[in-house]
Amino acid sequence: MSESCKTELRREKVNRLVNIAPSRLDLETVRQKLASARGKHYWRSLEELAEQPDFQELLHREFPRQASEWTDEVSRRNFLKLMSASLAFAGLTACTRQPTEHIVPYVRQPEETIPGKPLLFASAMPFGGHAFPVLVKSDMGRPIKVEGNPDHPAGNLGTDLFAQASLLDMYDPDRSQAVTVLGDVSTWGKFLESLQGPLVSQKPLKGAGIRFLTERSTSPTLASQMRAVLLAFPEAKWHQYEPVNRDNSRGGAQMAFGEDVAAQHRLENADIIVSLDANFLSSTENPQFLRNAAEFGRRRKADLKEKINRLYVVESTPTITGAKADHRLPLRAFEIEQFARALMAQISGGGGDTRFGNFLSALAKDLTAHRGSSVVIAGETQPPVVHALAHAMNDALGNAGRTVVYTDSVEVSPEGFRGCVDSLQDLNNDIQAGKVDLLMILGGNPVFDAPADLNFNENNQQLMKVPLRVHVGLYQNETSNICQWHVNQAHYLESWSDARTFDGTPTIIQPLIDPLYSGRTMHEVLTAFSNQPGLTSYDLLRAYWQGQHPGDFENFWRKSLHDGFVPGMGLQPRQVTLRSRDFPATSARSAGSGIEIVFRPDENIYDGRFANNGWLQELPKPLTKLTWDNAAVMGLNLAQKLDVVSEDLVEIELRGRKLKLPVWIEAGVPDQSVTVQLGYGRTHAGRVAQGAGVNTYRLRLSDAMQFASGAKLGKVDGHYQLAATHHHHNMEGRALVRAATVKEFEENPRFAHQELEEPSPGETLYFNYDYSKGYQWGMAIDTGSCIGCNTCVVACQAENNIPVVGKFEVTRGREMHWLRVDRYYTGTYENPKTHFQPVPCMQCEQAPCEVVCPVAATVHSTEGLNDMVYNRCVGTRYCSNNCPYKVRRFNFFLYSDYDTPVKKLMNNPDVTVRSRGVMEKCTYCIQRITRARITAEKEFVGAQHAYREIEDGEVKTACQQSCPADAIVFGNINDRNSRVSKLKAQPYNYSLLADLNTRPRTTYLAEVMNTNDELTGPDLMKEVENKVVTQEKEG
Amino acid sequence: MVPQGPTETLRETAMQADDPVLAPGHNFVTITEKVIAIPLRRGTPLWWIGVFAIAFGIMNVMLLVIAYLFIKGVGIWGVNIPVGWGFAIVNFVWWIGIGHAGTLISAILLLLKQSWRNSINRFAEAMTIFAVMCAALFPVLHTGRPWLAAYWLFPIPLTMGVWPQFRSPLIWDVFAISTYFTVSVLFWFMGLIPDLASMRDNARTTLVQRIYGMLAMGWRGSARHWKRYETAYLVLAGLSTPLVLSVHTVVSFDFAASLLPGWHTTIFPPYFVAGAIYSGFAMVLVLAIPLRALYGVEDMITMRHLDNAAKVMFATGLIVAYGYFMEFYMAHYSGNPWEIFMMTNRSNPSVGPYAPAYWALIATNIAIPQLLWLRRVRRTPWMLFLVSCVILVGMWLERFVIVITSLHRDFLPSSWGFYIPTRYDWAVFIGTLGLFTSFFFLFLRLMPMIPAFEVKTLLPEAKVHK
Amino acid sequence: MAQIFHRSANSLARFSILAVVFILVAIGGALSELQRSSYVTRQNEVRVQTPPFSHQHHVGGLGIDCRYCHTSVEVTNFAGIPPTKTCMNCHSQIWTNAPMLEPVRASFREGKSLRWQRVHDLPDFVYFDHGIHVAKGVGCNSCHGDVDNMPLMTQSKSLLMEWCLDCHRAPDKYVRPHQVVPERSGMLEAQKDLPPEHRDEGTIERQQAEYALFNARDQVFNVRYQPPSAFNPITVKFERWKGHEGETSTFTDQASLGRALIHEYNIRGPKEITSCNTCHR
Repeated sequence: MSESCKTELRREKVNRLVNIAPSRLDLETVRQKLASARGKHYWRSLEELAEQPDFQELLHREFPRQASEWTDEVSRRNFLKLMSASLAFAGLTACTRQPTEHIVPYVRQPEETIPGKPLLFASAMPFGGHAFPVLVKSDMGRPIKVEGNPDHPAGNLGTDLFAQASLLDMYDPDRSQAVTVLGDVSTWGKFLESLQGPLVSQKPLKGAGIRFLTERSTSPTLASQMRAVLLAFPEAKWHQYEPVNRDNSRGGAQMAFGEDVAAQHRLENADIIVSLDANFLSSTENPQFLRNAAEFGRRRKADLKEKINRLYVVESTPTITGAKADHRLPLRAFEIEQFARALMAQISGGGGDTRFGNFLSALAKDLTAHRGSSVVIAGETQPPVVHALAHAMNDALGNAGRTVVYTDSVEVSPEGFRGCVDSLQDLNNDIQAGKVDLLMILGGNPVFDAPADLNFNENNQQLMKVPLRVHVGLYQNETSNICQWHVNQAHYLESWSDARTFDGTPTIIQPLIDPLYSGRTMHEVLTAFSNQPGLTSYDLLRAYWQGQHPGDFENFWRKSLHDGFVPGMGLQPRQVTLRSRDFPATSARSAGSGIEIVFRPDENIYDGRFANNGWLQELPKPLTKLTWDNAAVMGLNLAQKLDVVSEDLVEIELRGRKLKLPVWIEAGVPDQSVTVQLGYGRTHAGRVAQGAGVNTYRLRLSDAMQFASGAKLGKVDGHYQLAATHHHHNMEGRALVRAATVKEFEENPRFAHQELEEPSPGETLYFNYDYSKGYQWGMAIDTGSCIGCNTCVVACQAENNIPVVGKFEVTRGREMHWLRVDRYYTGTYENPKTHFQPVPCMQCEQAPCEVVCPVAATVHSTEGLNDMVYNRCVGTRYCSNNCPYKVRRFNFFLYSDYDTPVKKLMNNPDVTVRSRGVMEKCTYCIQRITRARITAEKEFVGAQHAYREIEDGEVKTACQQSCPADAIVFGNINDRNSRVSKLKAQPYNYSLLADLNTRPRTTYLAEVMNTNDELTGPDLMKEVENKVVTQEKEG
Repeated sequence: MVPQGPTETLRETAMQADDPVLAPGHNFVTITEKVIAIPLRRGTPLWWIGVFAIAFGIMNVMLLVIAYLFIKGVGIWGVNIPVGWGFAIVNFVWWIGIGHAGTLISAILLLLKQSWRNSINRFAEAMTIFAVMCAALFPVLHTGRPWLAAYWLFPIPLTMGVWPQFRSPLIWDVFAISTYFTVSVLFWFMGLIPDLASMRDNARTTLVQRIYGMLAMGWRGSARHWKRYETAYLVLAGLSTPLVLSVHTVVSFDFAASLLPGWHTTIFPPYFVAGAIYSGFAMVLVLAIPLRALYGVEDMITMRHLDNAAKVMFATGLIVAYGYFMEFYMAHYSGNPWEIFMMTNRSNPSVGPYAPAYWALIATNIAIPQLLWLRRVRRTPWMLFLVSCVILVGMWLERFVIVITSLHRDFLPSSWGFYIPTRYDWAVFIGTLGLFTSFFFLFLRLMPMIPAFEVKTLLPEAKVHK
Repeated sequence: MAQIFHRSANSLARFSILAVVFILVAIGGALSELQRSSYVTRQNEVRVQTPPFSHQHHVGGLGIDCRYCHTSVEVTNFAGIPPTKTCMNCHSQIWTNAPMLEPVRASFREGKSLRWQRVHDLPDFVYFDHGIHVAKGVGCNSCHGDVDNMPLMTQSKSLLMEWCLDCHRAPDKYVRPHQVVPERSGMLEAQKDLPPEHRDEGTIERQQAEYALFNARDQVFNVRYQPPSAFNPITVKFERWKGHEGETSTFTDQASLGRALIHEYNIRGPKEITSCNTCHR
């Protein structure tokens, strides 16, 4: 990158010491309005503000096109009026004049703010306690996009889908918007007062009656605060609970090394990766996900610059990690411990174990052949002993220190290691014993997601007898429902805090905007206990770090804020010694008998905390492609035994607890096993979460948190419609995804080109454009690196103001995602090889959509893009009919949210918000291209001030920037040295449906797998027989 | 009048002997009397009121649905991605097709000197006009933003400084349809003038007299008038003739110009035109058979008419059948995997969910019409009526199969979907039937449905002074 | 048989045919006028502003540079409306208690923003960028008119798409140089070449007087800029025109100046800048 360009970026990444809150004034009025609101009407009263001039001001504030809230030529209200008039008259609407708009300039303009120039701020998203480093784009003081922080030592490229979607959470109008007591709006001050009484009375008792229940955390500041509080109240107790946690891996480490250490994997050094039910490519399980994805993705590129690694996955339910496996073995969850033991035995010279076919022996052989360059990873859903075994194997294979290193645990937890479940159990016991007078639930939603047998809910008399129950959280949820007090928490984009990434690097969380609903942070809540009233979380944070870093603090602080992390404070690898090599078998709960239920955090809404997030609810899950629901996911055999098809209802009975769930048949699920996702069936959540899915926590017991055997399933009457976006399993013999093994690839590097190929350039009736000059944009998508994590889909949605349409519309095939990830299977239905293929607009050079549009609303640009001109589109949908890739999306109704004022703040002002009746599609993020071009054209380089060209990598599409595995590369294909044109020159680069002669600008890099010759790998040529999943309806 | 040679006259009179196009016993006066009587003398029959009331009701329901459509959006229909076009386009093609018979009868048969068309061309043309009106509704309704589509598709110098995209078949449609409608209306009205004049002359009240008078545009039946009339009429016939072929050809381009398997076919233009005439004549018969009975004009719309119409219908039907066969054949002969899959998905019930529609289409459009080989069927009104109805259904199914089954499963299995019509789809479809019927009934009530003066030329005495 | 119609009906009928044609044409014309009318475009419509800010006074009278208030015009898409602070820079010194300026002082006191009516308001689906237009040599008054003669700001151009395209299809018709070389003599040369009867000493006087002001500043922001002519030749020193770096040449007509500046400012071709994505996303 040229200097000018760098400085440009730097200027945008100014740190954020000056508070550039947007129009504080207006937010004040918001608060006042809300203070007067009662009961469940917060959000409505907020929307009433839409009419308030102040709020308009907030929307319009000196901004040329109020977040481009585009109505038709007439404002929407006028439009409806017109529609009631005659059809003939409606024809004239284009003649309706522009309504008067107002400009509301600042009184004093903040320093960095230049209207129309977004700023980037480094921060971090706390998730499962761990920090996910991000850069947040702020436009006029409104956060509008979350990106990864590539400079962070944690070594991530992009983000995960939760970070992308967290933006929507911040603007969620359903978020709790005031401190409430017994459902009525109160104030922060009143809350503090109400705490004083209990605290005074607890003082002499040393706080014996005080209990804190927090989620997992890695925040140094919070830790020091808790320590201080526990000093003040020595008898008070601090408990931690999250339904999805790392108890097993921590327990495993305890078992293996006798201390609470964390394993960090170095996949870049691993030639052989073995996953024992470990979904290490998903952030729902592994805090190291971003780094794993990056390293794994790099070692799956077919350029063979680096040896392609070999991935063995033994798993109890299909995951994206299993999808990337070279060899996959579906086992029931409880069998995996046996497998691990057998593998251990074989590695340490034993053998003759035939239970798992030659998979086991071949794997063991492969491992022993790769001492020091292999790694065994145990899954969070597996009991500690499996983790211990994994540690033991890595130790036996001499991987420790090479492919896996051990550090202290980053999590801050109460004294002495207690797992989340135990910790919650302790708390519950105290409550039952009536020892608890003040229960502070700081975050989380235990009432909803605690193990069913703890009965931690309103039916728990003792719990309801606790004199003072306080809940602090982003939402009014099931838990706040049973507490007298609820304090509305500030979203991480609104608050000052800190957290550590998995590698221990402290990462500063800084606010992008003043709390929309004047929420409070945990830090501020805790000040009540350490009588430092009035201290803001900024003070606390600063104070803590000043303590850590005497000396030249100001510069240290500036730099840490600017970069987003505190350098050189990551945890150092340390020596650990294995205590033993054989571990007691876990007291297997009636292992094997009956059907096994596997509980998994949902790929989209995790443990339920994102249930009210429309972007995530509507996201098709990586494998099932389900949206808006969870289901009992089972294999075909079991389904046939139960005589059910997808969308039938079954009743699951597990130790006397019953639950009705819709069935979803999925390839690759082990027989006799059913997977259910957690987090659905919320009862006290926002409007989005209402009625989505079934609450499976009701089956989850404290001794069987991850999987439980002995379940009985029975078909029950009824049909439940599920909204899947992808009904088909196979490719109908069409070479859509192309894959080969390393051997096949070396024999025939052009293996991806044996199918129908492009006709010669001349053969077209369409107009031949001249692509020789200027920028010609193109994209290459590496199906080898793509892990199907869906991050790109959400990123696209955030960047391009893509609306959410709701379950019903999805069932009618009207989802709006510009970018979808197609999923195909090859091999056998029982254990298939899964292929992912992200499909954005192909930006065809000979685009079929263009010639058929009657009004020239989709046209070819000189840079080879298919421009989509929304305001010209009349919506004949002919372009979509004629698009072989079906990447075009249509606004059948008014899907964009014109009514919720807060949502308008979230819109990307560079992208038009589409009205109804208009076609839309991927534009290669044209707004980013344009911005870069304008920047470049205004700058000069070299001695004689030649005009600057856009450099390679200067424009990143939203999907590319968010991709954690670097699977998407975008750039100028006219520039021979750009990454994308080099990739397109590769022999394994192919175009989708090339024989149609559409000449797509988006091409794919075929997947090359590294299979083990001793094992019969998945048959890449053989397609799974298509099992139709839903009853197809007659037309 | 078309000059006729003596030989021809002989042939005609000979034929008329056993199988007349005009039953004997008529003279100039009786014919006029009989035709004029329908709108002017006889009152409004009960069955007319009944049918009209129902049709009009249905039409108004449709108008309500259309209002709702404009307020909510085209999403109230079953259309989706991948099936971007649904009932709207199916109905559009169906209606526009039906229109064709009228033009064929009045224009082409005129030029071919088929004098038997004289007594049926009037209402056939009326049918054309109303059918085109129904058809023209849909392209506008089915767009996302009709209030813009209504005029952005025309080459008007708007402030945007850009023109429509003339490469798009939809633009060709705009021209094809609007031309077709204009010419049809002119042709029809031109043909009406002399009869309007006699309506005027036979009117009893001045009001009626004045109304028909204005419409008659001062026709006095002078030799000069007749000369001008004949020329104009011939010219218009000449103009309409190519339209019969061009309009549906252009409509077929909407599909043929795309790259979708099942649409992207060269057979489409001829096979669409044939299909159009096929369904058109079916509609003519469906209208004619009850009319001749109800108005007792069997003497003017005779068995010969029905028989001829049936023959034309059957002939075009066979061409359509050939089209189906060619689609099937080409798919497999070309070896193109997309085409092969398309045909399998269309026709194989175990693969394609819409296969039943396809076989229903084969049955209604090919199998059942084979009855028309039998003279008895062609000459038994109720049988012919039933067969024609079946054919109308069949031709609608054909368009359904072409539009929906081709779209719902195209290239990438990941994006395959289904189309399930909603009640609003049906409402608008049935609504147009109501609209058509209402307008047609108004025509029957107010206009001479049989061109008296043209029928007169069939009288032997008309031939004398040739 | 009795006459139904009076004989005048004949001519009436004939006339009505003409009338129909005429009416259709008339309606068409009316609509086409309507869509371009100032009622629809709001062209030249005076907007009442509080306070009634006068560009005539500040630009024409005091000669304040556009960028003093519209600070971000070169940097971003949005020219920028000055914060109250900017007004107070001067008005805390002069006209400190003029009643007309009370709203400004109030806004400053209470920290409550001034509320201006937007004059140049493009539809929300149009993405216009001031920065690039300025950089490429499109003068302020090419689009905003003679603001120095506007007591109250009005929209002096239609801002219709066809108007935008007029320039995007042939930018050389409008672009102007940022810097011109002071060329008094050049102009006198031009005068010399003319036959005596065409020499106009008056013009020379006036123009020489204007030259001082004229040459010094960035012409893009010069509201009095006149395109080159025989009487007003413009001399430009090229810096970035490949192969012409450092050259100086004088122009007496916009056409040739425009063509030269296209190279100097590296303005993309009409095809490129009329691609839809130039303005729509």
